[in-house]
Amino acid sequence: MNKPVFGLILGGILGIFDGLTALFYPETVPLIVGIVIGSTVKGMIAGIAIGFFARKVHSIPLGVIFGLGVGLLLAYIVAAIPDPSLSRHYYLEIMVPGGIVGMIVGLATQKFQTQIKK
Amino acid sequence: MRQINDQVVARLRDACELPDLTGTKYQLVTRIAAGGMGTVYEVEDVELNRRVALKVLNIIDSENASSDAVGRIAEEARILARLEHPSIVPVHDVGMLRDGRPFYVMKLVRGLRLDEFRSKTNSLPILLRTFQKICDAVAFAHSHAVIHRDLKPENIMVGEFGEVLIMDWGIATTAGRAEKRGTIIGTPAYMSPEQARGDVEQLNQRSDVYSLGAILCFLLKEATAQRRSLRAIHQKAMAHDPIRRYPQASDLAADIANYLDGLPVSAYRENVFEGLWRWTTANRMAVILILTYLLIRTFFLFFFRH
Repeated sequence: MNKPVFGLILGGILGIFDGLTALFYPETVPLIVGIVIGSTVKGMIAGIAIGFFARKVHSIPLGVIFGLGVGLLLAYIVAAIPDPSLSRHYYLEIMVPGGIVGMIVGLATQKFQTQIKK
Repeated sequence: MRQINDQVVARLRDACELPDLTGTKYQLVTRIAAGGMGTVYEVEDVELNRRVALKVLNIIDSENASSDAVGRIAEEARILARLEHPSIVPVHDVGMLRDGRPFYVMKLVRGLRLDEFRSKTNSLPILLRTFQKICDAVAFAHSHAVIHRDLKPENIMVGEFGEVLIMDWGIATTAGRAEKRGTIIGTPAYMSPEQARGDVEQLNQRSDVYSLGAILCFLLKEATAQRRSLRAIHQKAMAHDPIRRYPQASDLAADIANYLDGLPVSAYRENVFEGLWRWTTANRMAVILILTYLLIRTFFLFFFRH
């Protein structure tokens, strides 16, 4: 398994769990299927981008920073999509965890094949 | 009649010992070190215009017509020539001086001896990585059926870029070579029990593993007291019974690599809590990120819920 594929899978899995946290907010429970699918796709896109970056750049700090950037950007795009069923945009609730998930994927993709090679 | 004092005698002896390099392409620069069997000089290779080290048999050994000593220095050169490895000093040339003493020329190693390096370095990862390189070189020699038999900090050099060079293969032997029973050679502090007994039939690569364990112990000093797995590694390497030691130097190196990577080591069976702690320590950054994620999610759950 190479870094982009690993990033894709890890980003997708973390995206599912991240999306499922919407269950804790009563107002988003009716939209949970859409949220989980969106969060998974977002995680996969972020994961593959971070994975490609990790293949080119071998640096844990840069990988984590790139992950943060991609995570924040994609989370911002998702949060900014207007939804008439919701009373407001959830920038903070989506972007902050999205950024941290990006950092986790960034760290994991940097470490992934280095450990396998050893 | 005037008497010559000890100082003058010593100077005369040193002058007599100096090798006559006439007829060779080397010019004497200075004496580097003297061992039990030979003396090493820094010389200039005038053809290639570079400094190299020349090891020559001591006069006293050659005058005693010790064919064993002559043979051993030739054997040392042959062994070194067989072992082409970045951490084993390479031989460039062999020859005979006009006085009949054999010599060989090797790379001039610059750096610190391992004991000097240890006194200047306290970083455990650096010390362990250095030790790993030593193990790798010894494992390479073992793979060519060569046993060093005198591994000790004084015989290991660390270069300015962290490269390691194992020196003094003067008493190295090839596995299975017949030697006189009762012969005790090596350095007591780093010698395996079977080597100290002169039990030459028992000598094999596990004897070098014992010496490596003693070197590890020297490198770690008080650091091992707090780290059970590291202590277990050097205790296994230095087991009194050779069967209980690591079979190969590469196995010892692998355990050190596992320790550095935060993986379990074969020498120590850890309990669940120790395993969890080791994993957490090895993946500190991932643990911090996951905990931060969970904290933020919890925070949002309690303070941003509508």
